[in-house]
Amino acid sequence: MAMPFPCLPNSPPAREHALHLLREMVRIRRFEEKAAELYTLGKIRGFLHLYVGEEAVAVGAMQALTVDDAVVATYREHGQALARGLPAGALMAEMYGKANGVSRGRGGSMHFFDASRRFYGGHAIVGAGLPIAVGLALADRLQGRARVTTCFFGDGAVAEGEFHESLNLAALWTLPVLFLCENNRYAMGTALPRHQAQTDLSRKAESEGLCAETVDGMDVLAVEAATRRVAAAVRGGFGPHFLEYQTYRFRAHSMYDPELYRTKEEVEAWKARDPIATFTARLRDWCVLSEDDLGALEATVAREIDDAVQTAEAGPWEPVEDLAKDVYTPVSPS
Amino acid sequence: MTVRLTYREAVRAALRAALAGDPRVFLMGEDVGRYGGAYACSKGLLEEFGPERVRDTPLSESTFVGAGIGAALGGLRPIVEVMTVNFSLLALDQIVNNGATLRHMSGGQLSVPLVVRMATGGGRQLAAQHSHSLEGWYAHVPGIKVVAPATVADARGMLGLALRDPDPVFIFEHATLYPVEGELDEGAVPLELARAAVRRSGRDVTVITYGGSLGKTLEAADRLAEEGTEAEVLDLRSLRPLDTTAILASVAKTHRALVVDEGWRTGSLAAEVSAQIMEGAFYDLDGPVARLCSVEVPLPYAQHLEEAALPQATGIAETVRGMLKRRG
Repeated sequence: MAMPFPCLPNSPPAREHALHLLREMVRIRRFEEKAAELYTLGKIRGFLHLYVGEEAVAVGAMQALTVDDAVVATYREHGQALARGLPAGALMAEMYGKANGVSRGRGGSMHFFDASRRFYGGHAIVGAGLPIAVGLALADRLQGRARVTTCFFGDGAVAEGEFHESLNLAALWTLPVLFLCENNRYAMGTALPRHQAQTDLSRKAESEGLCAETVDGMDVLAVEAATRRVAAAVRGGFGPHFLEYQTYRFRAHSMYDPELYRTKEEVEAWKARDPIATFTARLRDWCVLSEDDLGALEATVAREIDDAVQTAEAGPWEPVEDLAKDVYTPVSPS
Repeated sequence: MTVRLTYREAVRAALRAALAGDPRVFLMGEDVGRYGGAYACSKGLLEEFGPERVRDTPLSESTFVGAGIGAALGGLRPIVEVMTVNFSLLALDQIVNNGATLRHMSGGQLSVPLVVRMATGGGRQLAAQHSHSLEGWYAHVPGIKVVAPATVADARGMLGLALRDPDPVFIFEHATLYPVEGELDEGAVPLELARAAVRRSGRDVTVITYGGSLGKTLEAADRLAEEGTEAEVLDLRSLRPLDTTAILASVAKTHRALVVDEGWRTGSLAAEVSAQIMEGAFYDLDGPVARLCSVEVPLPYAQHLEEAALPQATGIAETVRGMLKRRG
């Protein structure tokens, strides 16, 4: 396959930062491997959409954000949530449906929320997170805050009317939104060329009046570099930007997907570009990662995942008497 | 001090007061700025408050309603005007899947203090795509609140209350009401949002209605009074939550109930009110609960056909007479 990506960095990152990026990607990978295992055990139910293969996107992109920035994500949001700093235990507990889950067991795998970290979901209607992001950015604009709202969505979402409406509105009003398209080449099981006449997604964004670029989503450093660059522009008041990360999901769309729509050869070809394996190899080449480092990193992550499972197992169930809680906001009598 | 003004002027006064009173409030929607609002409710507000706070949007209902949800999450108090209920269908996903769910689905972490206003209803010969009364659909959805100001006082008072509410409130303004004049006591404290109001007291029958049908119902009650029948007219005001207490109290007094609702009969708000009476006041009833709804056709253009399709004062009075005839 041709490698059309121009922005591969050619100098090694600082060792500590490199290890941080690797650890974050490994955390997501191991967390999801555990989630898949727990799904087969029936501990996790509902829909479970794994991010395996796409970790470089969430980890690289999240480096560009400050704690004041906002994240709007999709139903495949385990990676974004972990990289944003939501505790693994509270995420695992959410997937168990426990009261100590990030959404008190009301959301499950698809609906992680954490207001304290400005993590606004976890949205399971394709494309419907984009208007929310536009509104969050509008609130920042009208209140004079120099914050960025990032909005993750997939290639499937570009077929929705809200994609065009939201990019247009954000551009029209010069709003600080960073539209981050994770192009994993399939809208569930429909390949991009089978649902889009124009498959160059950056061109779509440009036609709505946004600056747009395409990045190698399998390369965490390329993702980080590009996202930092455009986030600075967005934060600086230059209006919304669009990034397309070209990536691939190694696992099925959800746990119910028999994967009839793609070949094993295609999956294997992309797996050869595994963002974790390739980054690990590069760090070894640059002599910033020893076998001991890797072992220690894996051990730290394994402990975190074990603790997360313990947190979920030990968590209480929400009492059924509280079923109708939080449909409306309690109002104290004035 | 009591003043006389139109419903439209009352809405405009409410918008102006909201914008003037809270810097977090802003208005956005199609043609709310330069045009002054499709129903002229926001005329002059762009000039007074500027383009940052009175924002014309593109024709993208789903996105500007969703942006209202996002802006509410971000600390603002948006008033989103969707020109009419007919166009709000393009925003149903944002309303039902996001606006109504975010508080619950986030385990109580988020609130969406959003106000959405829209015109509703038929009666102006605008044919099927511009005449819907779908507020009953919205009232089906937990997580949002639905109100229908039928009077000048409510047009003036409900917006402020809706903005003080921490959850999404949908205000349905019947399009035939905008030019209607009424009295407004400027010093009066507005009745709280979730309360029904007895608009006319009576002993023989309770006629329960809301929005654009209130005027027709009061007209019917006047005619019935000339015949010696005293109808109590209850204006629901709030369609979600329903003021069940007020409904049952009135029925306990009159022992008969008619529900007048411009929505279609099947699966209507009238059906819900009727069921609540059945559940809560069955033994108070002297006869079956009656409903007068729109005929189940897409609203036609021709005047005589449209008139025949919608509940009218004559039909309301006729229905009440029929109910009382059965009196044993």
